[in-house]
Amino acid sequence: MIDHAVVDLSRLQFALTALYHFLFVPLTLGLVFMLAIMESVYVMTGREIWKRMTQFWGILFGINFAMGVATGVTLEFQFGTNWAYYSHYVGDVFGTPLAIEGLMAFFLEATFVGLFFFGWDRLSRVAHLVVTWLLAFGTSMSALWILAANAWMQNPVGAEFNIDTMRMEVTSFSEVFFNPVAQSKFVHTVSAGYVLGAMFVLSISAWYLLRGRNIDFAKRSMTVAASFGLAAALSVVVLGDESGYTITEHQKMKLAAIEAMWETEPPPAAFTLFGLPDVAERKTHYAVHIPWVMGLIGTRSLDGVLPGISQLVEETADKIENGRIAYAAMQKLRTNRDDAEARAQFEAHKDDLGYALLLSRLNIDPLTATPEDVSRAADSTIPNVPVLFWSFRIMVACGFYFIALFAYSFWLASKRQLDRKRWYLRVALWSLPLPWVAAELGWIVAEHGRQPWAIEGILPTALGVSSVSASQVWTSLIGFVIFYTTLAVVDAFLMVRYARKGPDGLGMWPNQSAENPG
Amino acid sequence: MIDYETLRIIWWLLLGVLLAGFAIMDGFDLGIAALVRVLARDDTERRALLETIEPTWEGNQVWLVLGAGAIFAAWPLLYAVAFSGFYFAMLLVLFALILRPGGFSFRNKVADPRWRNAWDWVITVSGVVPALIFGVAIGNLFLGVPFRFDDTLRMSYEGGLIDLLGPFPLLVGGVSLIMLLLHGCAWAALKSEAPIGPRAERLLGWLSPALIVLYLGAGAWLAFGIEAYAIDGVAAAAAPSNPLAKQVMVGGHWLADGALGGWACALAAIAIALAAGVPLLARRQHHRSAFLASAMMVFAMLFSAGFALFPFLLPSSLDPRSSLTVWDASSSQHTLGLMLIAVTVFMPLILAYTTWVYRVLRGRVSLKHIRESHSLY
Repeated sequence: MIDHAVVDLSRLQFALTALYHFLFVPLTLGLVFMLAIMESVYVMTGREIWKRMTQFWGILFGINFAMGVATGVTLEFQFGTNWAYYSHYVGDVFGTPLAIEGLMAFFLEATFVGLFFFGWDRLSRVAHLVVTWLLAFGTSMSALWILAANAWMQNPVGAEFNIDTMRMEVTSFSEVFFNPVAQSKFVHTVSAGYVLGAMFVLSISAWYLLRGRNIDFAKRSMTVAASFGLAAALSVVVLGDESGYTITEHQKMKLAAIEAMWETEPPPAAFTLFGLPDVAERKTHYAVHIPWVMGLIGTRSLDGVLPGISQLVEETADKIENGRIAYAAMQKLRTNRDDAEARAQFEAHKDDLGYALLLSRLNIDPLTATPEDVSRAADSTIPNVPVLFWSFRIMVACGFYFIALFAYSFWLASKRQLDRKRWYLRVALWSLPLPWVAAELGWIVAEHGRQPWAIEGILPTALGVSSVSASQVWTSLIGFVIFYTTLAVVDAFLMVRYARKGPDGLGMWPNQSAENPG
Repeated sequence: MIDYETLRIIWWLLLGVLLAGFAIMDGFDLGIAALVRVLARDDTERRALLETIEPTWEGNQVWLVLGAGAIFAAWPLLYAVAFSGFYFAMLLVLFALILRPGGFSFRNKVADPRWRNAWDWVITVSGVVPALIFGVAIGNLFLGVPFRFDDTLRMSYEGGLIDLLGPFPLLVGGVSLIMLLLHGCAWAALKSEAPIGPRAERLLGWLSPALIVLYLGAGAWLAFGIEAYAIDGVAAAAAPSNPLAKQVMVGGHWLADGALGGWACALAAIAIALAAGVPLLARRQHHRSAFLASAMMVFAMLFSAGFALFPFLLPSSLDPRSSLTVWDASSSQHTLGLMLIAVTVFMPLILAYTTWVYRVLRGRVSLKHIRESHSLY
């Protein structure tokens, strides 16, 4: 029996802690590269201001890094505490990229982050620069392995079910590691982090310019942010498109839901720019279409067909029937392990075993399910269309806005006019929250869009939970909310305090503060 | 390709190495955190004491992250049962570990003494709680934990946090706490100037006998007072991982009848000798040797527990057949093999650059330096 209260609470807890973790991680990913670039300029030119820049932004990096590390441990532990059956069911495959992340990347970044702060007087310039670059490299490698694990949840390649151990086992690690979904996700996600880091530096520097403080410091910082941010914003949109293309192949339902594409259209399909998706009627009201665009983006051809939601539901119903055959054979094998006929039947249909579990998820025995049960289970694979539709559109709009803002910043920087236009500085300042909005919405599109699956086509989320009680999860959830809110307040307080103090207020740049008091 | 049985033994040893790595490397951070208010009396002293661990605690904590990741990948059933079964205990550890970085990187950022004092308490708690709970968890392994599997290997657990806090587990928790306090003091003696260093030396003189008495007490209780588990018949060491394929007997003695009980006793003797040696070395100003002895002691104590438990990883008191052993809780041969390659390639690299970082940071943290420096961290 699946206790849906436990499932919902566990999902809510995972979502909150993951979204919270993802407030800090992209800033770590992006800011560390800015630090490495600034310090490289310092080592190449020997000009002290670049060292101060690295150190000042480094203080803000440090506050953020600690929170990223702390909240990341929660996520790793949570697979075990709240998703125990998931951990058993896929640990053979899913655990490996996490462990390799620790060995290859996390050790590197966490070991060198201390030397970044405490090594200024103990290391030569070049040695310290190497440390900073290793730190930057470590953070991005870390993202690579985490996203390889995540990509396997979206597109579970290189593994098959083993009836003796009742779990998924690896057949090919190279397929798991070189999962096409992992590669596009990796570049898309780290680019999003780079955009966020660039915006962070751009916005706070714009604030200094508006106040007439730290002028040289802020202009240099903005120049770095504008160039790095422009490259990253272009990459995030282009690779976002690549991500879209890979989900066309592997997660057709997610794509159809993002586009609110209820019925299969004749190719090339139109892109819905705007509309109000209506789940009950399976229709999108007031839709504004752009002909051809969706077919071209999704299939990169004029004749590729993108299946609509209704057609995908029908296909799912067929898979559920297949899965039921595998499920029935599995029950026979459990009573008699030498039943050759059942084993052959199981092997032939086991790829769809997960679809039979869609019935178990609704507390229906797959052996005795009626056709109505099957169609109900098939319907339950439609994700939350309006949430995906809107999350995706806001995220993409942000992406194009970032390109425009960074391109304009870059143009101003190259004309040395960054401090001339106050309206621009205000826009740059108030754009600060947008990359966070885009990043969190991106997470929602990717992970909420995967529902009802924990592992696409293999394990429904509801079946992955631990055998804990709803009251236990309530307690931990409330604990996390109180705890994380307090930490967020403290973290934000310190960030604002140090950003306000600025390099002049911290006495890091005495000449500067003498020239520009205030 | 290495055969499945050997791979399981290797990964059982590696599990011990990774957990011992955590206990040694992050153990002194926990010990220092727990003793921050005891070893250091004013703000300058506390900043100096904390600066002995601030540059490296993040790297040290990765031993835990990697340990958990390796359990996930190599012992998925152990990961699933231990983490969800010890639900609130794990959450307490987690909350403590989340607070710790706040303590380290937020404490010095505001000068108000109330702010700093509050964080010092937070740091103390964040050191004591994990040290205690890890020991309590190890103590419970010997008693068995109330879980069972159904035939789809879905686990159910019948117990709560209070059930974990029996007298024997609390005693083991005490051993674990004192062990890490001692290890922290050995670090403070090595890295701190007077008056912190000598204070740590004096404390070592109290902690060492206390640890030996508690450790011997726990060992005697284990040897004579706790029923052991044993696999019935010959274990199928290379069979697919399914705990339900075996039978388990309850009865007999953990050390006397255990497969590696003799080894466990030998390790225990070494651990006691090392525990006795740490304060003696420290008093003679051999601080580096004292710290190394302390690290080896932590290693020996942890392995003595692991060897005493072999071949069990996590016995079940509710349904002994469901117990997890080295032979039926691992991941597939393929995964164990690949993970072994990854460890063989990366572990030497990790040890090399970690050593380099500690070399760069060598020497004592001076109070003069603390008074003069603007902390960038």
